[in-house]
Amino acid sequence: MSIEARERRQPWILLSPALTAITLLLFVPLLFIVVYSFWLRTATGADQSGFFLDNWREALSDPFYRDILLFTLKIAAITTLVCAVMGYPAAYFIARSRGNKAVLLLLLMLPFWISYIIRTMSWINILGVSGALNTLLLWAGVISEPIQMLYNQTTVILGLVHFLLPFMILNVFVSLDGIDVSLEDAATSLGATRWQAFVQVTLPLSLPGLAAGGLLCFVLAAGTYITPLVLGGPTDAMFANLVYEAIITQLNWPLGSALSLMLLAVLGLLVMIYNRYLGMAQLMKGLG
Amino acid sequence: MGWQLIRGYALLVYVFMFLPVAVVVLLSFNASQFGSFPITGVSLRWFGELAQNEAILRAFRTSIILGLLTALISTTLGVLASLALVRYRVPGENVISTLLIAPILVPEVVLAVALLLFLNFLGINKSFGLLLFGHVIFTLPFVILVVQARLMAIRRDVEEAAMSLGASPVQTFFQITLPLMLPAVLAGALFAFTISFDDITGTLFWKPGGVETVPTQIFAMLRNSISPEINALGTVMIVMTVGLPLLGAAVARILSRKSGT
Repeated sequence: MSIEARERRQPWILLSPALTAITLLLFVPLLFIVVYSFWLRTATGADQSGFFLDNWREALSDPFYRDILLFTLKIAAITTLVCAVMGYPAAYFIARSRGNKAVLLLLLMLPFWISYIIRTMSWINILGVSGALNTLLLWAGVISEPIQMLYNQTTVILGLVHFLLPFMILNVFVSLDGIDVSLEDAATSLGATRWQAFVQVTLPLSLPGLAAGGLLCFVLAAGTYITPLVLGGPTDAMFANLVYEAIITQLNWPLGSALSLMLLAVLGLLVMIYNRYLGMAQLMKGLG
Repeated sequence: MGWQLIRGYALLVYVFMFLPVAVVVLLSFNASQFGSFPITGVSLRWFGELAQNEAILRAFRTSIILGLLTALISTTLGVLASLALVRYRVPGENVISTLLIAPILVPEVVLAVALLLFLNFLGINKSFGLLLFGHVIFTLPFVILVVQARLMAIRRDVEEAAMSLGASPVQTFFQITLPLMLPAVLAGALFAFTISFDDITGTLFWKPGGVETVPTQIFAMLRNSISPEINALGTVMIVMTVGLPLLGAAVARILSRKSGT
Protein backbone atom coordinates (compact mmCIF):
# COMPACT_ATOMS: atom_id res chain seq x y z
CA MET A 1 0.00 0.00 0.00
CA SER A 2 1.32 3.46 -0.81
CA ILE A 3 2.19 5.86 1.97
CA GLU A 4 -0.56 8.26 0.90
CA ALA A 5 -3.18 5.55 1.03
CA ARG A 6 -2.06 4.66 4.52
CA GLU A 7 -2.10 8.30 5.54
CA ARG A 8 -5.63 8.53 4.23
CA ARG A 9 -6.79 5.42 6.06
CA GLN A 10 -5.23 6.18 9.44
CA PRO A 11 -7.73 8.81 10.65
CA TRP A 12 -10.63 6.50 9.80
CA ILE A 13 -9.06 3.70 11.83
CA LEU A 14 -8.76 6.13 14.76
CA LEU A 15 -12.31 7.40 14.31
CA SER A 16 -14.01 4.06 13.78
CA PRO A 17 -14.39 2.92 17.42
CA ALA A 18 -16.08 6.19 18.48
CA LEU A 19 -18.23 6.41 15.36
CA THR A 20 -19.26 2.75 15.70
CA ALA A 21 -20.21 3.26 19.36
CA ILE A 22 -22.31 6.35 18.58
CA THR A 23 -23.98 4.67 15.62
CA LEU A 24 -24.87 1.50 17.51
CA LEU A 25 -25.76 3.12 20.82
CA LEU A 26 -27.45 6.32 19.63
CA PHE A 27 -28.45 6.49 15.96
CA VAL A 28 -29.67 2.92 15.49
CA PRO A 29 -31.63 3.03 18.79
CA LEU A 30 -33.23 6.32 17.70
CA LEU A 31 -34.28 4.77 14.40
CA PHE A 32 -35.53 1.76 16.33
CA ILE A 33 -37.87 3.83 18.52
CA VAL A 34 -39.24 5.52 15.39
CA VAL A 35 -40.31 2.05 14.19
CA TYR A 36 -41.36 1.02 17.69
CA SER A 37 -43.67 4.03 18.04
CA PHE A 38 -45.91 2.51 15.35
CA TRP A 39 -46.26 -0.78 17.18
CA LEU A 40 -49.04 -1.48 19.63
CA ARG A 41 -48.98 -2.60 23.23
CA THR A 42 -51.86 -5.07 23.47
CA ALA A 43 -53.96 -5.77 26.55
CA THR A 44 -51.94 -8.92 27.23
CA GLY A 45 -48.81 -6.80 27.58
CA ALA A 46 -47.17 -8.12 24.42
CA ASP A 47 -46.13 -5.84 21.58
CA GLN A 48 -47.80 -6.22 18.24
CA SER A 49 -45.49 -5.15 15.45
CA GLY A 50 -46.95 -3.42 12.44
CA PHE A 51 -47.93 0.04 11.36
CA PHE A 52 -50.46 1.48 13.77
CA LEU A 53 -51.07 5.18 14.20
CA ASP A 54 -52.76 4.78 17.61
CA ASN A 55 -49.81 5.97 19.74
CA TRP A 56 -49.26 9.02 17.61
CA ARG A 57 -52.95 9.81 17.54
CA GLU A 58 -53.02 9.63 21.32
CA ALA A 59 -49.80 11.63 21.80
CA LEU A 60 -50.78 14.37 19.36
CA SER A 61 -54.49 14.78 20.04
CA ASP A 62 -54.91 14.17 23.77
CA PRO A 63 -55.08 17.64 25.39
CA PHE A 64 -53.37 16.15 28.47
CA TYR A 65 -50.11 15.67 26.57
CA ARG A 66 -50.43 18.97 24.72
CA ASP A 67 -50.95 20.91 27.95
CA ILE A 68 -47.95 19.32 29.62
CA LEU A 69 -45.80 19.98 26.55
CA LEU A 70 -46.81 23.65 26.64
CA PHE A 71 -46.22 23.78 30.40
CA THR A 72 -42.75 22.27 29.88
CA LEU A 73 -41.86 24.82 27.20
CA LYS A 74 -43.11 27.62 29.46
CA ILE A 75 -41.00 26.46 32.41
CA ALA A 76 -37.96 26.10 30.12
CA ALA A 77 -38.50 29.58 28.65
CA ILE A 78 -38.81 31.25 32.07
CA THR A 79 -35.75 29.37 33.31
CA THR A 80 -33.74 30.51 30.28
CA LEU A 81 -34.85 34.10 30.71
CA VAL A 82 -33.95 34.15 34.42
CA CYS A 83 -30.57 32.55 33.63
CA ALA A 84 -29.88 35.27 31.05
CA VAL A 85 -30.87 38.11 33.38
CA MET A 86 -28.83 36.68 36.27
CA GLY A 87 -25.95 35.36 34.20
CA TYR A 88 -25.17 38.18 31.78
CA PRO A 89 -24.06 40.81 34.32
CA ALA A 90 -22.10 38.16 36.23
CA ALA A 91 -20.31 37.06 33.05
CA TYR A 92 -19.67 40.72 32.18
CA PHE A 93 -18.17 41.27 35.62
CA ILE A 94 -15.79 38.31 35.22
CA ALA A 95 -14.79 39.24 31.66
CA ARG A 96 -14.03 42.89 32.50
CA SER A 97 -12.61 42.30 35.96
CA ARG A 98 -9.07 43.48 36.59
CA GLY A 99 -8.68 40.76 39.19
CA ASN A 100 -7.85 37.14 38.53
CA LYS A 101 -10.38 36.09 35.89
CA ALA A 102 -9.38 32.43 36.02
CA VAL A 103 -10.08 32.22 39.76
CA LEU A 104 -13.41 34.06 39.43
CA LEU A 105 -14.46 31.70 36.66
CA LEU A 106 -13.24 28.59 38.48
CA LEU A 107 -15.19 29.65 41.56
CA LEU A 108 -18.35 29.89 39.52
CA MET A 109 -17.66 26.54 37.89
CA LEU A 110 -17.33 24.77 41.24
CA PRO A 111 -21.09 24.34 41.75
CA PHE A 112 -21.13 23.01 38.19
CA TRP A 113 -19.09 20.06 39.41
CA ILE A 114 -21.22 19.46 42.46
CA SER A 115 -23.74 16.67 42.11
CA TYR A 116 -26.99 17.73 40.44
CA ILE A 117 -29.16 15.75 42.86
CA ILE A 118 -27.38 17.29 45.87
CA ARG A 119 -27.76 20.79 44.50
CA THR A 120 -31.44 20.17 43.76
CA MET A 121 -32.22 18.76 47.18
CA SER A 122 -30.17 21.48 48.90
CA TRP A 123 -33.08 23.89 48.29
CA ILE A 124 -35.19 21.81 50.67
CA ASN A 125 -32.72 22.83 53.39
CA ILE A 126 -33.29 26.49 52.50
CA LEU A 127 -37.03 26.60 51.79
CA GLY A 128 -38.42 23.60 53.66
CA VAL A 129 -40.81 23.93 56.59
CA SER A 130 -37.87 23.67 59.00
CA GLY A 131 -35.42 25.14 56.51
CA ALA A 132 -33.12 28.13 56.87
CA LEU A 133 -35.57 30.75 55.64
CA ASN A 134 -38.52 29.64 57.79
CA THR A 135 -36.24 29.35 60.84
CA LEU A 136 -34.93 32.86 60.22
CA LEU A 137 -38.39 34.37 59.71
CA LEU A 138 -39.76 32.64 62.83
CA TRP A 139 -36.81 33.82 64.87
CA ALA A 140 -37.22 37.40 63.63
CA GLY A 141 -40.92 37.27 64.49
CA VAL A 142 -42.06 38.01 60.93
CA ILE A 143 -44.20 34.87 60.88
CA SER A 144 -45.62 32.77 63.69
CA GLU A 145 -46.11 29.56 61.72
CA PRO A 146 -43.73 28.06 59.16
CA ILE A 147 -44.87 28.76 55.59
CA GLN A 148 -44.95 26.07 52.88
CA MET A 149 -42.69 27.56 50.22
CA LEU A 150 -41.67 24.36 48.48
CA TYR A 151 -43.21 22.06 45.90
CA ASN A 152 -44.57 24.48 43.34
CA GLN A 153 -43.74 25.88 39.93
CA THR A 154 -41.50 28.59 41.34
CA THR A 155 -39.29 26.15 43.22
CA VAL A 156 -38.96 23.98 40.08
CA ILE A 157 -37.74 27.04 38.18
CA LEU A 158 -35.46 28.00 41.06
CA GLY A 159 -33.86 24.54 41.07
CA LEU A 160 -33.42 24.61 37.29
CA VAL A 161 -31.86 28.08 37.34
CA HIS A 162 -29.43 26.98 40.04
CA PHE A 163 -28.48 23.97 37.93
CA LEU A 164 -28.18 25.77 34.57
CA LEU A 165 -26.80 29.21 35.44
CA PRO A 166 -23.13 28.14 35.06
CA PHE A 167 -23.83 27.04 31.45
CA MET A 168 -25.18 30.50 30.66
CA ILE A 169 -22.38 32.38 32.40
CA LEU A 170 -19.66 30.29 30.75
CA ASN A 171 -21.07 30.83 27.25
CA VAL A 172 -21.59 34.57 27.70
CA PHE A 173 -18.12 34.88 29.24
CA VAL A 174 -16.44 33.13 26.28
CA SER A 175 -18.20 35.55 23.96
CA LEU A 176 -17.47 38.71 26.01
CA ASP A 177 -13.86 37.73 26.60
CA GLY A 178 -13.27 37.62 22.85
CA ILE A 179 -14.38 41.24 22.35
CA ASP A 180 -11.64 43.82 22.21
CA VAL A 181 -12.14 46.27 25.11
CA SER A 182 -10.78 49.10 23.00
CA LEU A 183 -13.92 48.93 20.84
CA GLU A 184 -15.95 50.25 23.75
CA ASP A 185 -13.29 52.87 24.47
CA ALA A 186 -13.37 53.93 20.83
CA ALA A 187 -17.15 54.36 21.03
CA THR A 188 -16.91 56.50 24.17
CA SER A 189 -14.11 58.62 22.74
CA LEU A 190 -16.38 59.31 19.77
CA GLY A 191 -18.99 60.70 22.15
CA ALA A 192 -21.09 57.71 23.21
CA THR A 193 -21.94 57.33 26.89
CA ARG A 194 -20.74 54.14 28.62
CA TRP A 195 -24.27 52.77 28.45
CA GLN A 196 -24.64 53.60 24.75
CA ALA A 197 -21.29 52.01 24.02
CA PHE A 198 -22.42 48.87 25.81
CA VAL A 199 -25.82 48.65 24.14
CA GLN A 200 -24.59 49.47 20.64
CA VAL A 201 -21.19 47.76 20.60
CA THR A 202 -20.62 45.14 23.28
CA LEU A 203 -24.12 43.70 23.61
CA PRO A 204 -24.60 42.92 19.89
CA LEU A 205 -21.14 41.33 19.72
CA SER A 206 -21.92 39.07 22.69
CA LEU A 207 -25.28 37.86 21.37
CA PRO A 208 -23.88 34.60 19.91
CA GLY A 209 -22.69 33.59 23.40
CA LEU A 210 -26.02 34.57 24.91
CA ALA A 211 -27.83 32.49 22.26
CA ALA A 212 -25.58 29.46 22.85
CA GLY A 213 -26.12 29.67 26.61
CA GLY A 214 -29.84 30.17 26.07
CA LEU A 215 -30.12 27.13 23.82
CA LEU A 216 -28.30 24.92 26.33
CA CYS A 217 -30.43 26.15 29.24
CA PHE A 218 -33.66 25.70 27.31
CA VAL A 219 -32.91 22.22 25.99
CA LEU A 220 -31.60 20.94 29.32
CA ALA A 221 -34.50 22.48 31.26
CA ALA A 222 -37.12 21.08 28.88
CA GLY A 223 -35.67 17.58 29.15
CA THR A 224 -35.56 17.34 32.93
CA TYR A 225 -37.70 15.07 35.07
CA ILE A 226 -35.74 14.91 38.34
CA THR A 227 -36.18 18.57 39.36
CA PRO A 228 -40.01 18.47 39.18
CA LEU A 229 -39.98 15.22 41.17
CA VAL A 230 -37.80 16.68 43.93
CA LEU A 231 -38.92 20.32 44.06
CA GLY A 232 -42.31 20.32 42.32
CA GLY A 233 -45.84 19.58 43.48
CA PRO A 234 -48.18 16.93 42.07
CA THR A 235 -49.32 19.23 39.24
CA ASP A 236 -45.85 20.27 38.14
CA ALA A 237 -45.03 17.20 36.02
CA MET A 238 -43.01 18.05 32.92
CA PHE A 239 -42.93 16.22 29.61
CA ALA A 240 -40.00 14.00 30.52
CA ASN A 241 -42.00 12.82 33.56
CA LEU A 242 -44.66 11.55 31.15
CA VAL A 243 -42.01 9.66 29.22
CA TYR A 244 -40.71 8.13 32.45
CA GLU A 245 -44.24 7.17 33.51
CA ALA A 246 -45.02 5.53 30.16
CA ILE A 247 -41.73 3.60 29.99
CA ILE A 248 -40.94 2.64 33.58
CA THR A 249 -44.30 2.65 35.39
CA GLN A 250 -46.88 1.69 32.75
CA LEU A 251 -44.43 -0.27 30.60
CA ASN A 252 -46.21 1.03 27.50
CA TRP A 253 -43.07 1.18 25.41
CA PRO A 254 -44.59 2.01 22.01
CA LEU A 255 -46.42 5.01 23.51
CA GLY A 256 -43.26 6.00 25.41
CA SER A 257 -41.36 5.91 22.12
CA ALA A 258 -43.86 8.24 20.48
CA LEU A 259 -43.70 10.67 23.42
CA SER A 260 -39.87 10.62 23.43
CA LEU A 261 -39.82 11.39 19.71
CA MET A 262 -42.26 14.26 20.23
CA LEU A 263 -39.90 15.83 22.77
CA LEU A 264 -36.93 15.19 20.47
CA ALA A 265 -38.75 16.79 17.52
CA VAL A 266 -39.62 19.97 19.43
CA LEU A 267 -36.15 20.43 20.91
CA GLY A 268 -34.41 19.23 17.74
CA LEU A 269 -36.24 21.92 15.77
CA LEU A 270 -34.80 24.55 18.12
CA VAL A 271 -31.29 23.14 17.72
CA MET A 272 -31.69 23.18 13.93
CA ILE A 273 -32.89 26.78 13.89
CA TYR A 274 -29.91 27.68 16.05
CA ASN A 275 -27.53 25.77 13.80
CA ARG A 276 -28.98 27.45 10.70
CA TYR A 277 -28.29 30.96 11.99
CA LEU A 278 -25.34 30.63 14.33
CA GLY A 279 -23.67 27.28 13.63
CA MET A 280 -22.46 24.65 16.04
CA ALA A 281 -18.98 26.14 16.46
CA GLN A 282 -20.18 28.71 19.02
CA LEU A 283 -21.82 26.01 21.09
CA MET A 284 -18.65 23.90 21.13
CA LYS A 285 -16.57 26.89 22.23
CA GLY A 286 -18.62 27.18 25.39
CA LEU A 287 -18.61 23.45 26.07
CA GLY A 288 -14.94 22.75 25.50
CA MET B 1 -20.73 53.79 40.10
CA GLY B 2 -22.01 51.49 37.32
CA TRP B 3 -19.13 49.13 37.93
CA GLN B 4 -19.88 48.97 41.67
CA LEU B 5 -23.42 47.97 40.80
CA ILE B 6 -22.27 45.17 38.50
CA ARG B 7 -19.85 43.97 41.14
CA GLY B 8 -22.56 43.87 43.80
CA TYR B 9 -24.89 42.03 41.41
CA ALA B 10 -22.20 39.46 40.55
CA LEU B 11 -21.54 38.96 44.26
CA LEU B 12 -25.23 38.16 44.78
CA VAL B 13 -25.08 35.64 41.95
CA TYR B 14 -22.11 33.97 43.66
CA VAL B 15 -24.05 33.87 46.95
CA PHE B 16 -27.02 32.32 45.14
CA MET B 17 -24.78 29.61 43.69
CA PHE B 18 -22.99 28.78 46.94
CA LEU B 19 -25.51 29.33 49.72
CA PRO B 20 -27.57 26.13 49.31
CA VAL B 21 -24.42 24.04 49.04
CA ALA B 22 -22.92 25.71 52.11
CA VAL B 23 -26.08 24.94 54.06
CA VAL B 24 -25.81 21.24 53.15
CA VAL B 25 -22.25 21.15 54.52
CA LEU B 26 -23.26 23.12 57.62
CA LEU B 27 -26.22 20.84 58.41
CA SER B 28 -24.16 17.69 57.92
CA PHE B 29 -22.29 18.58 61.11
CA ASN B 30 -25.51 19.29 63.01
CA ALA B 31 -25.99 17.09 66.07
CA SER B 32 -29.81 17.34 65.83
CA GLN B 33 -31.75 14.20 64.87
CA PHE B 34 -33.55 15.98 62.05
CA GLY B 35 -31.77 17.04 58.91
CA SER B 36 -32.78 20.65 59.40
CA PHE B 37 -32.51 23.75 61.56
CA PRO B 38 -31.99 24.65 64.40
CA ILE B 39 -28.39 23.62 64.86
CA THR B 40 -28.15 21.98 68.25
CA GLY B 41 -24.44 21.19 68.33
CA VAL B 42 -21.49 20.08 66.26
CA SER B 43 -21.13 16.38 65.64
CA LEU B 44 -19.52 13.89 63.29
CA ARG B 45 -22.22 11.37 64.12
CA TRP B 46 -23.87 11.40 60.68
CA PHE B 47 -20.62 10.66 58.93
CA GLY B 48 -20.19 7.70 61.27
CA GLU B 49 -23.70 6.43 60.48
CA LEU B 50 -22.97 6.90 56.80
CA ALA B 51 -19.86 4.71 57.04
CA GLN B 52 -22.01 1.94 58.52
CA ASN B 53 -24.91 2.17 56.10
CA GLU B 54 -24.61 -0.94 53.91
CA ALA B 55 -26.89 0.40 51.15
CA ILE B 56 -24.88 3.60 50.79
CA LEU B 57 -21.54 1.82 50.79
CA ARG B 58 -22.80 -0.54 48.10
CA ALA B 59 -24.01 2.43 46.04
CA PHE B 60 -20.56 4.01 46.36
CA ARG B 61 -18.89 0.82 45.18
CA THR B 62 -21.23 0.60 42.17
CA SER B 63 -20.73 4.27 41.27
CA ILE B 64 -16.96 4.07 41.51
CA ILE B 65 -16.63 0.88 39.44
CA LEU B 66 -19.08 2.26 36.86
CA GLY B 67 -17.25 5.60 36.76
CA LEU B 68 -13.82 3.99 36.33
CA LEU B 69 -14.96 1.66 33.54
CA THR B 70 -16.81 4.50 31.82
CA ALA B 71 -13.73 6.71 32.04
CA LEU B 72 -11.49 3.95 30.67
CA ILE B 73 -13.67 3.16 27.63
CA SER B 74 -14.79 6.72 26.92
CA THR B 75 -11.28 8.12 27.14
CA THR B 76 -9.84 5.43 24.88
CA LEU B 77 -12.49 6.04 22.21
CA GLY B 78 -12.36 9.79 22.70
CA VAL B 79 -8.56 10.13 22.50
CA LEU B 80 -8.40 8.08 19.29
CA ALA B 81 -11.15 10.14 17.67
CA SER B 82 -9.60 13.44 18.82
CA LEU B 83 -6.21 12.42 17.42
CA ALA B 84 -7.84 11.78 14.05
CA LEU B 85 -9.62 15.14 14.08
CA VAL B 86 -6.65 17.21 15.27
CA ARG B 87 -3.78 15.45 13.47
CA TYR B 88 -5.25 14.55 10.10
CA ARG B 89 -7.15 16.36 7.44
CA VAL B 90 -10.33 14.29 7.31
CA PRO B 91 -12.89 14.92 4.55
CA GLY B 92 -16.23 15.96 6.04
CA GLU B 93 -14.66 16.95 9.34
CA ASN B 94 -17.58 19.18 10.35
CA VAL B 95 -20.14 16.46 9.80
CA ILE B 96 -18.04 14.00 11.81
CA SER B 97 -17.63 16.49 14.65
CA THR B 98 -21.37 17.05 14.77
CA LEU B 99 -22.03 13.29 14.76
CA LEU B 100 -19.56 12.80 17.59
CA ILE B 101 -21.18 15.43 19.81
CA ALA B 102 -24.73 14.33 18.89
CA PRO B 103 -25.27 12.61 22.28
CA ILE B 104 -25.11 16.07 23.92
CA LEU B 105 -27.70 17.49 21.54
CA VAL B 106 -30.25 14.71 22.10
CA PRO B 107 -32.12 15.18 25.41
CA GLU B 108 -30.83 12.59 27.85
CA VAL B 109 -34.31 11.16 28.52
CA VAL B 110 -34.74 10.41 24.82
CA LEU B 111 -31.27 8.86 24.60
CA ALA B 112 -32.10 6.78 27.68
CA VAL B 113 -35.40 5.52 26.24
CA ALA B 114 -33.93 4.71 22.82
CA LEU B 115 -30.99 2.75 24.24
CA LEU B 116 -33.13 0.89 26.79
CA LEU B 117 -35.75 -0.20 24.26
CA PHE B 118 -33.27 -1.08 21.50
CA LEU B 119 -31.01 -3.19 23.69
CA ASN B 120 -34.05 -4.83 25.24
CA PHE B 121 -35.20 -5.72 21.72
CA LEU B 122 -31.80 -7.35 21.17
CA GLY B 123 -32.31 -9.37 24.35
CA ILE B 124 -30.07 -7.27 26.63
CA ASN B 125 -32.10 -6.50 29.72
CA LYS B 126 -31.51 -3.82 32.31
CA SER B 127 -28.09 -4.67 33.65
CA PHE B 128 -24.73 -3.27 34.64
CA GLY B 129 -23.70 -3.69 30.99
CA LEU B 130 -26.56 -1.51 29.77
CA LEU B 131 -25.68 1.08 32.41
CA LEU B 132 -22.07 1.08 31.20
CA PHE B 133 -23.05 1.43 27.52
CA GLY B 134 -25.29 4.33 28.40
CA HIS B 135 -22.66 6.12 30.47
CA VAL B 136 -20.03 5.68 27.75
CA ILE B 137 -22.29 7.17 25.09
CA PHE B 138 -23.18 10.36 26.92
CA THR B 139 -19.70 11.00 28.35
CA LEU B 140 -17.94 10.46 25.01
CA PRO B 141 -18.75 13.88 23.47
CA PHE B 142 -17.47 15.70 26.56
CA VAL B 143 -14.24 13.70 26.50
CA ILE B 144 -13.77 14.48 22.80
CA LEU B 145 -14.37 18.22 23.34
CA VAL B 146 -11.94 18.43 26.26
CA VAL B 147 -9.21 16.25 24.72
CA GLN B 148 -9.46 17.98 21.35
CA ALA B 149 -8.99 21.40 22.93
CA ARG B 150 -5.92 20.20 24.82
CA LEU B 151 -4.42 18.35 21.85
CA MET B 152 -4.53 21.45 19.70
CA ALA B 153 -2.17 23.12 22.14
CA ILE B 154 0.56 20.51 21.53
CA ARG B 155 3.04 21.60 18.90
CA ARG B 156 3.69 19.10 16.19
CA ASP B 157 7.28 20.15 15.46
CA VAL B 158 8.51 18.46 18.66
CA GLU B 159 7.51 15.11 17.15
CA GLU B 160 9.03 16.00 13.81
CA ALA B 161 12.27 16.93 15.58
CA ALA B 162 12.34 13.52 17.31
CA MET B 163 11.80 11.73 14.01
CA SER B 164 14.43 13.76 12.19
CA LEU B 165 16.86 12.82 14.96
CA GLY B 166 16.28 9.16 14.16
CA ALA B 167 13.38 8.03 16.37
CA SER B 168 10.93 5.58 14.82
CA PRO B 169 7.22 6.54 14.68
CA VAL B 170 6.49 4.08 17.51
CA GLN B 171 9.33 5.44 19.66
CA THR B 172 8.14 8.97 18.91
CA PHE B 173 4.61 8.14 19.98
CA PHE B 174 5.59 6.55 23.29
CA GLN B 175 8.45 8.89 24.21
CA ILE B 176 7.21 12.22 22.89
CA THR B 177 3.53 12.26 21.94
CA LEU B 178 2.11 10.22 24.79
CA PRO B 179 3.85 12.13 27.62
CA LEU B 180 2.77 15.40 26.00
CA MET B 181 -0.79 14.09 25.66
CA LEU B 182 -1.01 12.77 29.20
CA PRO B 183 -2.60 15.90 30.70
CA ALA B 184 -5.26 15.84 27.96
CA VAL B 185 -5.92 12.13 28.52
CA LEU B 186 -6.19 12.61 32.29
CA ALA B 187 -8.48 15.61 31.90
CA GLY B 188 -10.75 13.60 29.63
CA ALA B 189 -10.82 10.61 31.98
CA LEU B 190 -11.57 12.79 34.97
CA PHE B 191 -14.37 14.54 33.13
CA ALA B 192 -15.90 11.21 32.11
CA PHE B 193 -15.64 9.85 35.66
CA THR B 194 -17.26 12.93 37.20
CA ILE B 195 -20.14 13.03 34.71
CA SER B 196 -20.76 9.30 35.14
CA PHE B 197 -20.55 9.53 38.93
CA ASP B 198 -23.10 12.35 38.95
CA ASP B 199 -25.60 10.99 36.44
CA ILE B 200 -29.15 10.24 37.49
CA THR B 201 -31.40 10.96 34.47
CA GLY B 202 -30.23 8.06 32.31
CA THR B 203 -29.24 5.85 35.23
CA LEU B 204 -32.81 5.62 36.55
CA PHE B 205 -33.88 4.18 33.18
CA TRP B 206 -31.00 1.73 32.79
CA LYS B 207 -30.25 0.40 36.27
CA PRO B 208 -31.48 -3.07 37.12
CA GLY B 209 -33.78 -3.40 40.14
CA GLY B 210 -31.89 -3.48 43.42
CA VAL B 211 -28.77 -1.80 42.02
CA GLU B 212 -28.29 1.80 43.13
CA THR B 213 -25.64 4.36 42.29
CA VAL B 214 -24.96 7.17 44.75
CA PRO B 215 -27.30 9.69 43.05
CA THR B 216 -30.16 7.18 42.69
CA GLN B 217 -29.65 6.14 46.32
CA ILE B 218 -29.93 9.78 47.41
CA PHE B 219 -33.01 10.16 45.21
CA ALA B 220 -34.62 7.10 46.83
CA MET B 221 -33.81 8.44 50.30
CA LEU B 222 -35.43 11.80 49.44
CA ARG B 223 -38.80 10.07 49.06
CA ASN B 224 -39.14 10.12 52.85
CA SER B 225 -37.72 13.40 54.06
CA ILE B 226 -34.28 14.92 54.33
CA SER B 227 -32.43 12.85 56.89
CA PRO B 228 -29.19 14.19 58.38
CA GLU B 229 -27.46 11.31 56.61
CA ILE B 230 -28.33 12.79 53.21
CA ASN B 231 -26.62 16.04 54.16
CA ALA B 232 -23.55 14.10 55.29
CA LEU B 233 -23.60 12.13 52.05
CA GLY B 234 -23.95 15.42 50.18
CA THR B 235 -20.87 16.77 51.92
CA VAL B 236 -18.90 13.66 50.96
CA MET B 237 -20.07 14.02 47.34
CA ILE B 238 -19.14 17.71 47.30
CA VAL B 239 -15.65 16.93 48.58
CA MET B 240 -15.30 14.17 45.98
CA THR B 241 -16.64 15.98 42.93
CA VAL B 242 -14.97 19.29 43.70
CA GLY B 243 -11.79 17.87 45.19
CA LEU B 244 -11.08 15.38 42.39
CA PRO B 245 -11.06 17.84 39.48
CA LEU B 246 -8.99 20.32 41.52
CA LEU B 247 -6.53 17.55 42.30
CA GLY B 248 -6.59 16.53 38.65
CA ALA B 249 -5.89 20.09 37.50
CA ALA B 250 -2.97 20.29 39.91
CA VAL B 251 -1.54 16.96 38.71
CA ALA B 252 -1.98 18.00 35.08
CA ARG B 253 -0.13 21.24 35.79
CA ILE B 254 2.77 19.43 37.44
CA LEU B 255 2.96 16.90 34.60
CA SER B 256 2.90 19.53 31.89
CA ARG B 257 5.57 21.52 33.71
CA LYS B 258 7.79 18.43 33.87
CA SER B 259 7.40 17.74 30.17
CA GLY B 260 8.35 21.36 29.54
CA THR B 261 5.42 22.74 27.61
